[in-house]
Amino acid sequence: MGKKILLEKEHIEGIRYFDTYRKNGGYAAADKAFKMSAADVVEEVKKSGLRGRGGAGFPTGMKWSFLAKPEGVPRYLVCNADESEPGTFKDRYLMEFLPHLLIEGLLISSYALGSERTYIYIRGEYAWIEDILDEAIAEANRAGYLGQNILGSGFNCQIYVQRGAGAYICGEETALLESLEGKRGNPRIKPPFPAIKGLWDCPTVVNNVETLAAVVPIILMGGEAYSKIGLGKSTGTKLISACGNINKQGVYEIDMTISVEEFIYSDEYCGGIPNGKKLKACIPGGSSVPILPANLTLKTAKGEARMMTYESLADGGFPTGSMMGSGGFIVLDEDQCVVRHTLSLARFYRHESCGQCSPCREGTGWMEKILHNIEYGKGEMKDIDLLWDIQSKIEGNTICPLGDAAAWPVAAAIRHFRDEFEWHVLNPEEALKRNFGLAHYADPIEVAVG
Amino acid sequence: MKFSEQKIQKVKEIIARFPEGKHKSALIPVLHIAQEENGGWLSVEAMDHVAELLQIKPIEVYEVATFYSMYNLKPVGKFLFEVCQTGPCMLNGSDQIIDHIKQKLGIKAGETTGDGMFTLKTVECLGACGYAPMMQMGKFYKEHLTIDKVDKIIAECRSNAERNN
Repeated sequence: MGKKILLEKEHIEGIRYFDTYRKNGGYAAADKAFKMSAADVVEEVKKSGLRGRGGAGFPTGMKWSFLAKPEGVPRYLVCNADESEPGTFKDRYLMEFLPHLLIEGLLISSYALGSERTYIYIRGEYAWIEDILDEAIAEANRAGYLGQNILGSGFNCQIYVQRGAGAYICGEETALLESLEGKRGNPRIKPPFPAIKGLWDCPTVVNNVETLAAVVPIILMGGEAYSKIGLGKSTGTKLISACGNINKQGVYEIDMTISVEEFIYSDEYCGGIPNGKKLKACIPGGSSVPILPANLTLKTAKGEARMMTYESLADGGFPTGSMMGSGGFIVLDEDQCVVRHTLSLARFYRHESCGQCSPCREGTGWMEKILHNIEYGKGEMKDIDLLWDIQSKIEGNTICPLGDAAAWPVAAAIRHFRDEFEWHVLNPEEALKRNFGLAHYADPIEVAVG
Repeated sequence: MKFSEQKIQKVKEIIARFPEGKHKSALIPVLHIAQEENGGWLSVEAMDHVAELLQIKPIEVYEVATFYSMYNLKPVGKFLFEVCQTGPCMLNGSDQIIDHIKQKLGIKAGETTGDGMFTLKTVECLGACGYAPMMQMGKFYKEHLTIDKVDKIIAECRSNAERNN
């Protein structure tokens, strides 16, 4: 049984409400933090080794220490709740069932960073969660954990929820800030980074929901104790939202010590693949990260067991590895068509490109069209090379990482499943009938490195 | 379209969340209210009213309204089905759900039934991948969809509409 520190109390009835949360140890971390100096709170987070849970995995304490503190200029903390990466639904789960854990994490982090106005930017479609958060914020205000002179510290803080209106790009922190300023979600050119010039040109920290919630156990147990959970630089616990072809879809909290095989097949987690089907492929960290065939999902190219850690999931780099990303864990069984799945993702990225940079605006559209042709039996062999060429020209050539996010799934699909693309080209009629006959992918295949 | 006194009060509350002079930040939430008040879509008139309320230029409203996918720029039916079609939903059969809705209602994606009752919109990932296939209907999600469940939802919508007439 893995160690649960974020979802430990998820099954307590009424934990959504302040009184129950409080009775079960809630806001004890806030009480403790307010007896510490703001700098000491930052120090604990640094010691914990906590890494951003939104996708990039950047050390949170370091991000906090970059925050500029010019005299007389307000600083802001913004919570990124724009969860939009396909396969990811963990932040929703946290906010829906444990809203006070987020509010408490936000309060402590606001105190540490000196943010008196803190915003939660939540994706537009999570409309009912806005109500849950508003209620939790009102409760915290009534209990004196938000508002003026919190716990007699002289620190004032208010949290506001801002709901977006449907745009994947607003999960990118500078696009999010643009959106919060009431504009189109076009990412900004960095530098300057938000820590220097963020919301309304003021120093700003943007952190993911799960990252901010993790501040609560870090303060409670101390940064050093937190850093001892997990393996190596993958400290603490991580929420994984598991979906696709598995028996038990849902959100799981793992301490980062288990293998991918255990995660997929054990009854404690995904419970294996329905109907006794074989594993064909896995996208372990949200739709942007490289897809891995079954053999590379379970073992690294070196033949070691692949673990659910930042390092192990990335082992081998893009040729044979993938990424932890946002923890959106997508499993494909032997009946799934990688071309069709890649087409679905390509359509997603074309739809979500903000249109600012030509490689992404044009490239995502071209990739979708070419994939569409291949999937529907109108592709040619040279299209596969063209697809490769286009993705390679998007990657690294855009203002924000959406370009990379659109390129990687296409690159990895061709890298590991090229013969499936070729099969579509060679057997257009069969492809149209959706008669794939590709079950052999479930068996280990030779790894082509490089 | 003009906001009621109660909605204007709500707009003031939203503006108060931001520092002085940063009232443009209220635009996205205020557009949500405008869409609700205007029968589920944003007409030019509705957008102009928002510009006036927030004392910003109409173009600032248009450029935002056209960027975000939740704003409907043409009229929609009484019930809007926004069915997710992205990867994880597709792996769990969203194609069949979308085909069934199209056939049952006799419309394509993006269209509204002749009686103005239903609009079908295909959308990209709504963050419900573990409860796939799914769709959004108004403020809430309908998850773990099956053909039967979709039929029931459609029947419920029809009887609700009749009851309210």
